[in-house]
Amino acid sequence: MTAHITDGSRQRRRRLDRRVVVPLTVVSALVGAVALSGCGAQRDESVFTVLNSSTDDSYHGWDAATLKRCSKQLGVTIEQQSVPAAQVMTKSLRMASSKSLPDIIQFDGSEMPTFAETGGLLDLKKLGVSTADIPEGILDYGSYKGTYYGAARTVNTLALFYNKDILDKAGLPVPTTWAEMRSTAEKLTKSGSYGVALSAGGAEDGVYQFTPFMWSNGGDETALDSPRVVEALDYWKSLIKDGSLSKSTVNWTQADVNDQFMAGNAAMMINGPWQVETLNTKKNLHWGIAQIPVPEAGEDSVGPLGGGMLTIPDVGDTAREKTSAKIVNCMTSEQEEVTYALNSWMIPANQKAAAVWREKVPSLSSLADQVATARSRTAKLGSGWTSVSLALQSAFQSALTGQSSESALKHAQQRVESGN
Amino acid sequence: MSSTAASASTAPTPAAPAPEAVPAAKSPKPGSLKRRRTLAQWGFIAPAVVFMLLFFGYPLVRNIVMSFQHYTPSTFFTGEAPFNGLDNWKNVFQDDLFGKALWQTILFTIGSLIGQFGIGLALAVFFNRRFPLNGVLRSLILLPWLVPMVVSGVVWRRILDQDTGVLNSFLGLFGAGDTPWLSSTGMALISVIMVNIWIGIPFNMVILYGGLQEVPKEMYEAASLDGASGWRTFRSITLPLLKPVITVVLVLGFMSTVKILDLVLALTDGGPADSTQTLGTLTYQNSFAQLDFGAGAVVGNILILISAVFAVFYLRANRNEGK
Repeated sequence: MTAHITDGSRQRRRRLDRRVVVPLTVVSALVGAVALSGCGAQRDESVFTVLNSSTDDSYHGWDAATLKRCSKQLGVTIEQQSVPAAQVMTKSLRMASSKSLPDIIQFDGSEMPTFAETGGLLDLKKLGVSTADIPEGILDYGSYKGTYYGAARTVNTLALFYNKDILDKAGLPVPTTWAEMRSTAEKLTKSGSYGVALSAGGAEDGVYQFTPFMWSNGGDETALDSPRVVEALDYWKSLIKDGSLSKSTVNWTQADVNDQFMAGNAAMMINGPWQVETLNTKKNLHWGIAQIPVPEAGEDSVGPLGGGMLTIPDVGDTAREKTSAKIVNCMTSEQEEVTYALNSWMIPANQKAAAVWREKVPSLSSLADQVATARSRTAKLGSGWTSVSLALQSAFQSALTGQSSESALKHAQQRVESGN
Repeated sequence: MSSTAASASTAPTPAAPAPEAVPAAKSPKPGSLKRRRTLAQWGFIAPAVVFMLLFFGYPLVRNIVMSFQHYTPSTFFTGEAPFNGLDNWKNVFQDDLFGKALWQTILFTIGSLIGQFGIGLALAVFFNRRFPLNGVLRSLILLPWLVPMVVSGVVWRRILDQDTGVLNSFLGLFGAGDTPWLSSTGMALISVIMVNIWIGIPFNMVILYGGLQEVPKEMYEAASLDGASGWRTFRSITLPLLKPVITVVLVLGFMSTVKILDLVLALTDGGPADSTQTLGTLTYQNSFAQLDFGAGAVVGNILILISAVFAVFYLRANRNEGK
């Protein structure tokens, strides 16, 4: 529709034109200006921000309480900004490019090397973050190429959860070897409920769950096509073949596995302590926890080390970074670690704190043993872990849906080597 | 719903405004007046142009440039992304996953379009008659369109679960209760297509129903007087007259289907064993899981290119319709 100006008065038309042109120009300029602003937010001198993935109400509350205590102790204001775990990395990168990095970022252990490699993280020891009473394994977990970048408050790993009532009723002991686990799972499988549940989903969850089987069997991520890794994957396949593990396992995240266990659809599951809070909401569920079974009796059960770590990115302001280090020291102090560990059912990184914690929750002591032998996913590959993880996901999913373990893993190793 | 441009309405049109008066020749500077009018015209367009350039043009160009750069996490700190020629393109094309994702995207798109369009058209023809509760039923069928994609994905994932899903419990009554909807490489893509068809039916039905309303009733009367069968009427009257609408529906459907991401992520996350990876999920995986933004940009550009080809089709179809 075109607007016709029917009267011929030039006067009016000229005025109209000016009345129109000026605002339009202003509008155009505004659109441009708004689009270009929104970058480069000014940092508030007295406010420190921690970027984390505590989007759950409970975690957000625990962290808020910790930060409040640390604020009081250090006389600064500390705020937390929580984004979903999968977005911490991309969010941090975006903040890096707009020079608005937070003072502290809590990364997952598998992500830290990628960010450290960019040169955007600072050496915590130099800034004065304490490393007293932290076991070697956890120091390594927080290090990349020999530099300590990430201070873990608590660590976690995977364990075998079992439904006490179901095992007692069947009169079966908790399995400790692969063979026992297989036969127990088979005996406990009835219509509508499986012997065991685990996550073989096509994401980091599935890879995390595969590592204890791969590592305890002597396999490793540097050679995915080694017979040791093939054996581990064949073991997973045997559970599906027996019918004691659901075929849906390839669609399950670790949270789904927990749902299955809570609903009574699985007698045992492989999962982590962060599920305990949810598990305990079901009053009539009596569960126990044990180390993940090993291929042969007497071997070490090697699980994956997991958990967030506090890192200090390079914000280009030494005084601020020193204060950030004090905040990290406060958050990783013995008292704060015990509090956080008891809340979140994880294990304190600090040995003294871990001893206190063991006394308070003896039921979880097997978890602490599992942590003692646990291994970091990125220790050998650093930032190369990501592509190995993706190749491994495809491999075990192919194998569990019909391909042979050997050819699936061979293909995965080729993918890693060709750089895709 | 229906476009007024093509309507053969016989309603009296409002009196047309008088033809524009020719500017009086007494104007001191005829040129300046003309210039000012042009300026005003451009002024009206300017905000839109600025907006388009900023929010469509700039990202598009950035994405094309990015696909020729070595763009890694370090780039975010240093701002440096060295040009690496065709390396990203080579890497993407050499990856078996790209071929797989491309093929699956084609299957997904064709399968979804045939299903959505076929069922949508059948329903539109069905509702084109008058019968009680017609309006109520039509509104009910719109529901899948109103539910957010991610919610549909999550709910369907539960429905389709092999052990605990409602669908298999129901099929169990007929002895087919162990269908691996999402947990086998052979079935997963088919299941994702089915869910997408379910989501796409309302859109197709609504637009086609609108098109059917435009077909003059007299034609159908004439056809029945000539003794044409129902099928013959549909083939010789309904389809040809619906053609412009059909083109629009198919092209719009194509463009929303080919770039599918959210539904696949919610249903299968591209699995099992990459059997539901599409170009959309591959872009996402390259950029946000591998953090190889150059490779992500390559796949993104390929998607844009495919969509652009069809956008041209769409514009041409629209132009013909306007006549």
